[in-house]
Amino acid sequence: MSSSLTREGLLQAYRTMRTIREFEERLHVDFATGEIPGFVHLYAGEEASATGICMHLNRDDYIASTHRGHGHCIAKGVDPVGMMAEIWGKRTGTCKGKGGSMHIADLDVGMLGANGIVGGGGPLICGTALASKLRGSNNVGVCFFGDGASNQGTIFEAMNLAAVWKLPVIFVGENNGYAEATASKFSVACENIADRASAFGMPGVITDGFDFFAVHEAAGEAVKRAREGGGPTLLEVKLSRYYGHFEGDQQTYRAPGEVQKLRETKDCLMQFARRVTSRGELSMAELEAIDVEVKTLIDASVVKAKADPLPLPEDLMADVYVSY
Amino acid sequence: MARKITYQQAINEALDQEMARDPSVIVMGEDVAGGAGAPGEEDSWGGVLGVTKGLYAKHPGRVLDTPISESGYIGAAVGAACNGMRPVAELMFIDFMGVCFDQIFNQAAKFRYMFGGKAKTPVVIRAMYGAGFRAAAQHSQCLYNIFTHIPGLKVVLPSNPYDAKGLLIQSIRDNDPVIFLEHKALYTMEGDVPEESYIVPFGEAAVVQEGDDVTIVAFGRMVNYAKDAGASLRKKGVQCEIIDPRTTSPMDFDTILESVERTGRLVIVDESHPRCSMASDVSGFIAQEAFGALKAPIQMVTAPHVPVPFAASLEDLYIPSPARIEEAVMRVKEYR
Repeated sequence: MSSSLTREGLLQAYRTMRTIREFEERLHVDFATGEIPGFVHLYAGEEASATGICMHLNRDDYIASTHRGHGHCIAKGVDPVGMMAEIWGKRTGTCKGKGGSMHIADLDVGMLGANGIVGGGGPLICGTALASKLRGSNNVGVCFFGDGASNQGTIFEAMNLAAVWKLPVIFVGENNGYAEATASKFSVACENIADRASAFGMPGVITDGFDFFAVHEAAGEAVKRAREGGGPTLLEVKLSRYYGHFEGDQQTYRAPGEVQKLRETKDCLMQFARRVTSRGELSMAELEAIDVEVKTLIDASVVKAKADPLPLPEDLMADVYVSY
Repeated sequence: MARKITYQQAINEALDQEMARDPSVIVMGEDVAGGAGAPGEEDSWGGVLGVTKGLYAKHPGRVLDTPISESGYIGAAVGAACNGMRPVAELMFIDFMGVCFDQIFNQAAKFRYMFGGKAKTPVVIRAMYGAGFRAAAQHSQCLYNIFTHIPGLKVVLPSNPYDAKGLLIQSIRDNDPVIFLEHKALYTMEGDVPEESYIVPFGEAAVVQEGDDVTIVAFGRMVNYAKDAGASLRKKGVQCEIIDPRTTSPMDFDTILESVERTGRLVIVDESHPRCSMASDVSGFIAQEAFGALKAPIQMVTAPHVPVPFAASLEDLYIPSPARIEEAVMRVKEYR
């Protein structure tokens, strides 16, 4: 498979994936100390999906995300420093400490929100896409959802509506094999989530979520089709999460050694690095330089998040309404 | 210039004028045109009761029929509002909120707060409510109290054609999510409505009749029943002050408080069930804020704690009546 990416594109892809990985691995460590409030659902292992898809998007395209949303946020351009402060519940956070991990949003960069409601984003992204279409722009909407949400009525309704209105939407079903602790083999009645596309008269495509280039190519076609007025696509990305459903999940439902084996044989960052260096597209030194930069950024984001102020009592009542 | 039109025409006119004024206003819902993809007329219905009739032809491409898929299109209206549109989505019967409530109360209502004040969701969800049409338990409820409970939503209950037009225009221009509720029994009600565009602001109650003996707070259609009762009571020498809050969120408690402090007697008329209702809400507020002013226990005139029945004999018993309002007023008036 030949890559359509420039050198800059490859560097950006690696940087984004590494930023997500570093962000999530760091949260995994820090959450265990008990200092981070609430629930955290980590995206580590799935980086190629968010990155491969969002690289086709511009600022005015929207994405709707899930409870496992940190990766989508970073890939769409939300500032990781603000995100870290948000997850620590600080006033300086992306949402001023009002949303937390499950509700990070930044509409200025087309990020319509992580979502605490499984399947909540499908109808919403139909709306942003409808607005784009009615305005005559060629902007698209991407709805990320998991194998769990693939069984929600909202996702079926959204797929039907997008097909009926021929909306520029890409439904990205990130199938990591488990909805909480229940296997998708059990909960999804058909072989593949993508098989359901035909029921809504749209193309269904399956791609390997450990392979950035495979995701990038499949997403490129779906986004192009949407921008050109060809309507929605369902893209199923087969991948795996490296951590539990939430932090603290003991994951006794998984096979022993399952994650370790994936990390060693299929990891998206490992595969990416191997490929670009073996082809001489990027050097190991360049990748390592990014690793250092990213680590410095994430370290600094944690130091800042810890030191930043908590929301103030007067913030409690602010921003319920534009006016009331 | 004002002329007499119906509540239904007032709503249609508000939509028409706002669509003409602002290209970001769109109307969507089940059969709001009526006929999409069908071999006959493309706008055969104009909504199930014809409220949006004619808008399809006047505003091409902006009146969108949807599948019967409330979560899908109500959510789409919310998403479109986040991306620069001002959608007016019709939920047909308010009872259907049961299949799409997540998109309203977890999504639309929460965005601004949850996203740190950076989201704006100017969506209007119109729906008809109320009993009286032998439509039984799944097509007759009020439910405005449920939306009123949710921070982030605004809830509007026009009781007459003038308010219907002015409040709907305000709803469309408002930058927060608005639940706009139309009582089925009021669609044919006539009243003076100016031809030109105007707004009725939220959170400002109307004192529809002044009086010093008993305060009546009534909601939606019940305002008209309270007026009937008030006219009859006046002949008996009882002067009621009748207050129509017009919006339940925001709610003009000040006007109610000022009135009760003067009359010392309060009757609340609410077509909804009594528990966790607007009636109990106002009652709780007055008990807390004006206990010392009360000369009699507060009376709530509501539907009973049962689903809306089908048979005429039962439904007529279910809905609060002017006679029941009169009785309640006399109870508080004569209380010693």
